[in-house]
Amino acid sequence: MFKGGEKKFTLNDSGSPHVVQHGFLKYPTRLNFYDDAPLFDISIEEFETAAIDRLRILAEIESSAARNRTWEELKTVTNAQCAKYLPLNSNTAKNNDIESERRKDHLGHFILRLAFCRSEDLRRRFIKAETTLFKVRYEGDVFSEREQFLNSRDFNWVPVTKAEKQEHWNELLSSYHGSKIEAERRKAFEAEKYYKVKWTRVPDLVEKRRVFLAGGWAFVPGREQSSIIYHEFEVHIEKALEITARMLPRLDEDTRLMPILDNLSQGFLAGISSEWSNPAGENADELKAEMIDDLSKKHFPMCMRTLHDSLMRDNHLKHFGRLQYGLFLKVLGLSVEEAIVFWRKSFSRITDDKFNKEYKYNIRHSYGLEGKRANYPAKSCLQILTPGPSDHGCPYRHYSVENLQSALLSTYSHRGLTSADLPEIMAQVKAGHFHVACTRVFEITHSSRGVKKGEGIGGGESVTHPNQYAARSMELDKPQVEGEAMVIEA
Amino acid sequence: MDPSPEVMLTFYRRLYPFKAIYNWLNHEHAPSKLFTQREFSFTLAGDVYLRYQSFNSHDDLKKQVCQLNPTRFEIGPIYSSKPRDKKTARAGGFHPILRELVFDIDMTDYDPIRTCCSGAGICKRCWAFISAAVHVLDTAIREQFGYEQLLWVYSGRRGIHLWISDKEAMELTDQQRKALVGWLTIIQGGKESKKLSTRNGMRSLPPSLQSILDHLATIFSELILADQNCFGDEDGAENLLQLIPDAGVVEALRTLWLNDLSRHSQDKWQDFKTQIKNYEKGSQQRSNLTAAMEDIIIQYTYPRLDAEVSKHRNHLLKAPFCVHPKTGRICVPVNPKTIDDFDPETVPTVGQLLRELDETQATTEGEQEEGHHAVADWSRTSLKPYVEMLDNHAKEIMGEVRKEKRAAPDESW
Repeated sequence: MFKGGEKKFTLNDSGSPHVVQHGFLKYPTRLNFYDDAPLFDISIEEFETAAIDRLRILAEIESSAARNRTWEELKTVTNAQCAKYLPLNSNTAKNNDIESERRKDHLGHFILRLAFCRSEDLRRRFIKAETTLFKVRYEGDVFSEREQFLNSRDFNWVPVTKAEKQEHWNELLSSYHGSKIEAERRKAFEAEKYYKVKWTRVPDLVEKRRVFLAGGWAFVPGREQSSIIYHEFEVHIEKALEITARMLPRLDEDTRLMPILDNLSQGFLAGISSEWSNPAGENADELKAEMIDDLSKKHFPMCMRTLHDSLMRDNHLKHFGRLQYGLFLKVLGLSVEEAIVFWRKSFSRITDDKFNKEYKYNIRHSYGLEGKRANYPAKSCLQILTPGPSDHGCPYRHYSVENLQSALLSTYSHRGLTSADLPEIMAQVKAGHFHVACTRVFEITHSSRGVKKGEGIGGGESVTHPNQYAARSMELDKPQVEGEAMVIEA
Repeated sequence: MDPSPEVMLTFYRRLYPFKAIYNWLNHEHAPSKLFTQREFSFTLAGDVYLRYQSFNSHDDLKKQVCQLNPTRFEIGPIYSSKPRDKKTARAGGFHPILRELVFDIDMTDYDPIRTCCSGAGICKRCWAFISAAVHVLDTAIREQFGYEQLLWVYSGRRGIHLWISDKEAMELTDQQRKALVGWLTIIQGGKESKKLSTRNGMRSLPPSLQSILDHLATIFSELILADQNCFGDEDGAENLLQLIPDAGVVEALRTLWLNDLSRHSQDKWQDFKTQIKNYEKGSQQRSNLTAAMEDIIIQYTYPRLDAEVSKHRNHLLKAPFCVHPKTGRICVPVNPKTIDDFDPETVPTVGQLLRELDETQATTEGEQEEGHHAVADWSRTSLKPYVEMLDNHAKEIMGEVRKEKRAAPDESW
């Protein structure tokens, strides 16, 4: 979205030629049932990135469910996310390092198992998201490779013999779904290969009466084979997670891993986005202190709006509020000089002397100009959502229902939010999907810019960072201006 | 009508077949987790409900039952640890692992269509609905799902329970149970207006229904048309018309029946058939109406299940041989093969059993003193055939388990 395209190319071009180990592929197919744990050495950085990149995808899948996306929408969104964070190419893609892609996929899965095996709830959500990811990949797989994958595992199904098919001909035919045209359906049926499995392995097909049952065996047409595989995958992961949960206590010894795992398991709360930097530094020179007030009304997410409003009202913000808001503005593109102007103006009730002594240092510090000179990133939704010492959290999470409703109306009614939208938003809040609620508000308040329901902040992505929200909002404002300019040039 | 606590206590002390229940639940002689980790719950006087009880043996269970003297007690799933130690189990370490697959069919769900009685009432005539349901369900489960260890139990008033004890059935997860119920459920919770969920956009009925349609059609003409006369009054007829998807036919039938309000259901059904025949053979309208006719037959005769009972492993169901608190009748096992002859009114009540016990007491007392102690009290009452039925059922399960054990010797040897 942010001109990341060019960068990717250079990365690929400069990739070192990879060595094929021992002449055979470690990962023969794109699809993986994750039977064996990765047994190779990795760096702690690799550990973290593999996990976080995968988590981004799983979190997006989960919020898709919360947002009632259709299967097709979910597939598009997931595939886009996968291409971005965890590309997984088929064997035919010669140009890519498929071995290392698959290695990362393998690795990420197992690390997240560690992070998500700890509670019933986390396990359930992880299994659901992973199975969905598997389904998306399975559906998108090339036929030959899917066959290869299916042959590589024993799924324990019994092919139905010709005689058996003949015996149950009428029953099978009448439960065969296919073309609306009877002749075509019959033709397809005659060519169809059937498999027998215990009915318990295809509960979804049984529930919808899409198979024929006899003596506890389900007769599954070849087309529905995937159902067996999905269920197998689900059961497999479920069992593996339970085993992992029992093993986990032994991991305590490694002090480096536990904090990472702890963090990861919270990633589901708000989607994942560790840092948000202003990639092009776009607004660098244009953003002036006096523009902030106007921008906040147009483009800021609720959490930043409330900080801004209370700053304007009280002419003051407490330390953590300043930190949260200040870093947000920094990443938005406010230079340190402008930031000092902005805060000085806002803190109108104190003397210059006091400001210089007590506040200026902190502002410069957050820009990496004082102290340890670290370039602090702005706080992500995850950090804002997790209760810390900060007294300014995410309004969707920390406000009471009544407060949130009235705040939503007073903040966004001029941007097109009506009380009719509230029940939907509140339902998401109630379900704990705070970022989904925020995303929905974004969609509603940007509907005049052509943002439709389900689109999120572009490509169906959910809000995971306040800066991402603001950047997208500002970006949506731009094309119009450019459009007009072009007309004039022409 | 309600049996007094004294009556209940005597019943538990002398008649309730704890041993047979134990064998049935435990699947073998030595106590296994199938019994010791099984939840029992008691309903005490004053609607006090006592959950998560568990016992090491049938004597243990009997002792507790006699001490608490519940109005009834229920059987739940087998948990991952003993339910009575629930509080000491580690977090997340207590969950249901096994459970008979159970079904509950209740007359209440038939209220919209039965014409003989309503609500709590039940007579021999409306029992026909239940027996039709038992036929269909029993066959479906045996043939389609391949389960064999089925125990049908009269609920004591106006319903019937089914307990399936096959190993595979016990092991079903909630998700699989839900799927199975979805497969079997065709009529949603007795909501009359709702369209059947049979065809799924398919032209013909699913094979599972097609194969029982003939049977249902027989029940339909005997029970719905001849006996219950379901379309006899105006409401019933209107319900039928609602289900016919052809405005022309509906109009024709309505006019016809308005002139003859008391026309019998059998004749009305015949009228409907005649109307269908007015359309040319093979025409779209005719096949639509034929399909609708099949749907109506199914709608009126197919078992109406209480799905929630079957879906979750942790659902509790009243134990066989309990006393129904309102009728005083015993929840006795029923043979599905002779279900048509079963008359709920002839099921012994607790009062009757105690009388029988008193009457036989005098004649057998002498023998007992001479050392013939082994004869159980229940065998001297009309409870005998029912207990024997459960005993035989338990024996069958135990035989099956033994066979399996022999086939797969313990790997640790």
